[in-house]
Amino acid sequence: MATTIDARGLSCPQPVLMTLDTIKAGADKELIVLVDTDTSRENVSRAAASQGYTVAAVDPDGDGYRLTLKKG
Amino acid sequence: MEAVKRFFASRWGIICVGAVIGVLAAILQKLGNPANMGICVACFERDIAGSIGLHRAAVVQYLRPEIIGFVLGALLAAYLFKEFRPRAGSAPIVRFMLGVFAMIGALVFLGCPWRAVLRLAGGDGNAILGLAGLATGIGIGAWFLKNGYNLGRAQKTYTSVGWLMPLTMLGFLVLLLANPQIAGEAQSGVLFYSLKGPGAAHAPLFVSLLVGLLIGVLAQRSRFCTMGALRDLILFRQTHLLSGFLALLVFAFAANLVLGQFNPGFTGQPVAHTQHFWNFAGMVLAGLAFALAGGCPGRQLFMAGEGDGDAAVFVVGMIVGAAFAHNFGLASSPAGVGPNGIAAVVVGLAVCLFIGFTMRKTA
Repeated sequence: MATTIDARGLSCPQPVLMTLDTIKAGADKELIVLVDTDTSRENVSRAAASQGYTVAAVDPDGDGYRLTLKKG
Repeated sequence: MEAVKRFFASRWGIICVGAVIGVLAAILQKLGNPANMGICVACFERDIAGSIGLHRAAVVQYLRPEIIGFVLGALLAAYLFKEFRPRAGSAPIVRFMLGVFAMIGALVFLGCPWRAVLRLAGGDGNAILGLAGLATGIGIGAWFLKNGYNLGRAQKTYTSVGWLMPLTMLGFLVLLLANPQIAGEAQSGVLFYSLKGPGAAHAPLFVSLLVGLLIGVLAQRSRFCTMGALRDLILFRQTHLLSGFLALLVFAFAANLVLGQFNPGFTGQPVAHTQHFWNFAGMVLAGLAFALAGGCPGRQLFMAGEGDGDAAVFVVGMIVGAAFAHNFGLASSPAGVGPNGIAAVVVGLAVCLFIGFTMRKTA
């Protein structure tokens, strides 16, 4: 079961901070991040890439997005 | 549409936007905007506060069309790219106060981060102190962010909430068109105009408005933010936004050289003073307030245009802060800091530290 980070309603840099904190705390190979703005989607994707994660999927989720991040 | 989106999210995208802003600012200056103030979000909101009579400092009154353009351009881009998201409810009173003190700090230095860069690009050495202060303030803000500072979640809300700031700007535009400047008159209908000083220096209305709209569209797409540029560098060692910030500096500098607007030095710089410590401290306050509020003054306008009601509250805070700054002798002038400017910086820093220390999730 992948860890889910709910960053909806939070503005930058919170979604990025939450994602990086989870990654640094020794996250699973797969992470789900929920965001509700395009800015957050871009910022989280960029931050994940800098940590060696790839954005495996971006799915619409309500009014926002559900990002699936995978290591490697 | 997708390709355009990807371009603006890329490093070259943000560099291009910074470059365009830098060049257009230099050109606006050539066309009549104040020296080293082609675009200054803080100064222009201060001029708007003067034009509608919230303060009566005679030299800084003009309903700046650039600001109207920024919000409406961002609104346009947000709708074109289906990114308009009405949201609000993340600590509005805190954002209002941060807006007030951000403006007060900026007016002690005499400029927002955009103008700090434009001043440097025009040769004003005092801007170095301001930029150092800005970086210091943002550094303090980054420390709070690292330690759990968080204004809380915004909620999705009615479309009309997101429209209120753009509609306010449309209202300003109607006021401006209905009460045009009359040569030699300090008032036209309900609006005040400056007869001398920076408020009297402006490019033609429609040029200012069009440039504002263009920058609004570009900045909404690229998320251009000068506070974010330094914050992301300090917090994440990320240089994405920073490249846009640096492009603004480099291209404004080049454009100033071409247009003969580069005059290096510390003394006698336009709309600037040489009290180094207060140039620094004013921007520490502004930088900290921007960092705690999540965006530089420009970025707050663009977010307000894409439906963020909390960013709109920050904008209103800045306009009210400008009124305080000029009504109570807090704003600096070329002669130096205002009679109560130093006290205001101290109070502002205390308020920001209070907010930073107490609004932390300690889970």
